[in-house]
Amino acid sequence: MSTSNDPIDTEQAPAIIVTEGPAMPNPREKSLLNAWSLSFLAAVLTLAGLCFYKPDPYWEVMKFVPDGLLVTFQITIISLCFVIPIGLFTGLGKLSRCRPINLLASTYVEIIRGIPLLMQLFYIYYALGSMLKVSPTVAAVAALSICYGAYMGEVFRAGILSVPKGQSEAARSLGFNRFQTMTLVILPQALRTIIPPVGNESIALLKDTSLVSVIAVADVLRRGREYASQTFEYFETYTVIALVYLIITLLLSKVLSMVEGRLSRYEHHR
Amino acid sequence: MSITAENNSGKPVISIRNVWKFFGQLAALKDICLDIMPGEKVVIIGPSGSGKSTCLRTINRLENVDKGTIYVEGQDITSSEHDINAMRQNLGMVFQSFNLFPHMTVLRNLTVAPMKLRGLSRADAEERALLLLKKVGLADKVNVYPNTLSGGQQQRVAIARALAMQPHIMLFDEPTSALDPEMIGEVLDVMVSLAQEGMTMVCVTHEMGFAREVADRVIFMDQGAILEQGSPDQLFNHPKNPRLQQFLNQIL
Ligand SMILES: Nc1ncnc2c1ncn2[C@@H]1O[C@H](COP(=O)(O)OP(=O)(O)OP(=O)(O)O)[C@@H](O)[C@H]1O
Ligand SMILES: [Mg+2]
Repeated sequence: MSTSNDPIDTEQAPAIIVTEGPAMPNPREKSLLNAWSLSFLAAVLTLAGLCFYKPDPYWEVMKFVPDGLLVTFQITIISLCFVIPIGLFTGLGKLSRCRPINLLASTYVEIIRGIPLLMQLFYIYYALGSMLKVSPTVAAVAALSICYGAYMGEVFRAGILSVPKGQSEAARSLGFNRFQTMTLVILPQALRTIIPPVGNESIALLKDTSLVSVIAVADVLRRGREYASQTFEYFETYTVIALVYLIITLLLSKVLSMVEGRLSRYEHHR
Repeated sequence: MSITAENNSGKPVISIRNVWKFFGQLAALKDICLDIMPGEKVVIIGPSGSGKSTCLRTINRLENVDKGTIYVEGQDITSSEHDINAMRQNLGMVFQSFNLFPHMTVLRNLTVAPMKLRGLSRADAEERALLLLKKVGLADKVNVYPNTLSGGQQQRVAIARALAMQPHIMLFDEPTSALDPEMIGEVLDVMVSLAQEGMTMVCVTHEMGFAREVADRVIFMDQGAILEQGSPDQLFNHPKNPRLQQFLNQIL
């Protein structure tokens, strides 16, 4: 995350800087020779080639993967269901004029951003888990939600700030209260700027679910590790897992850029 | 026009009493006093940075004042317990930069506030919106999005949006300053016809032709203070204040 914390960017609408996740393909770039197509083709061909010519370790690994992949997706999606509302409320909280709420939201973001996700995961699972008896999956979802909720808070904050001040003035001058102004006028417009970075954060979240393998959640990486520890085919296993991650994130970023291209068609009003 | 104002010699609809506004060290408004009568058309002129917008925006509390009181329709809007949202429904505001809602069609721009705030049914709100769009000459633009309209068209929609709330008073902050010259006329026409219907209007504008035609009173502001006020004829043809003379020489 690189959304800065300077007081300055409350003044001008800040650009939302995208730093995580694979580079989003430019929808206007039609040529086959771009980074996305090359990586995607290379990943798919390599994986297919390996499975076809050396099915013994590679296809065997592939058969081991789907269970884990399902868990990876489940954790990503369940976490996102918490991350989006946490992000929304954190973003609103950071913009709130009510001092305690503002302080609460800002402190949450500061603390979470200062602690590595893996550390948070251990903390929730081992430190709190010893008292609360949480299952690995619950701990994983909790840690990812709390961590990415803070990041997403910054995205929402920047998105809300990117809506010109005149919009809320127009709404308020018609007689809308703060809540109506936010829900009817500001958030629908903020959503358009927010969707690309939210998508990128979601892809980053999917990649970071690999960390939960260390607390015995049977995600795709954990499944790979189980397979490799039985067969000692570490190189082959991790090659397959890496390619699977790559293909998934590339596909998701493609979907995202298509959504974004569609949105930008209605975007000429800025 | 001036007849209407003098006939209504009752209580002022807007009464600005000794208002001060500070931005940090800068006094944007210095002890402003201004009474506006029902049906009166007031035009505020003055050089850039003189506090015209700030003065206008204190009337619907888009800016809070630091000292003094403002009464709108007899109510003290500067007191913290006053329901400003209810008051704003009666105060239409038109901005220099239109500020239409870009994610809503023209029709929705006009119906959203009456439906949510005045409790109008969709059918009633749309009927009202269509009438207003006809009035501003944009009946054919009902279902388009604002970004497909020219500046002049957007500003006319913005005026219609404010009117859809059936306000008692209209505030205009340089409504034609962001427009290409050939579009200024169409917006001023709408404002003139609104004035002829007897709407109470407070306009910040540099359109001296409009001020001469419509204003009951012209206010000259400079450096946060009202330096001179009077009929358009007094102010434009017989200015007394040297700052006003200088200002008129620059713009005329
Ligand atoms: N939000 C703000 N923060 C700080 N200073 C401000 C703010 N709004 C206005 N000012 C300052 O207050 C003074 C009056 O501003 P105002 O916008 O009322 O002037 P104006 O007469 O409307 O000028 P213009 O013709 O350029 O619109 C200016 O010096 C301006 O820089
Ligand atoms: Mg101004």
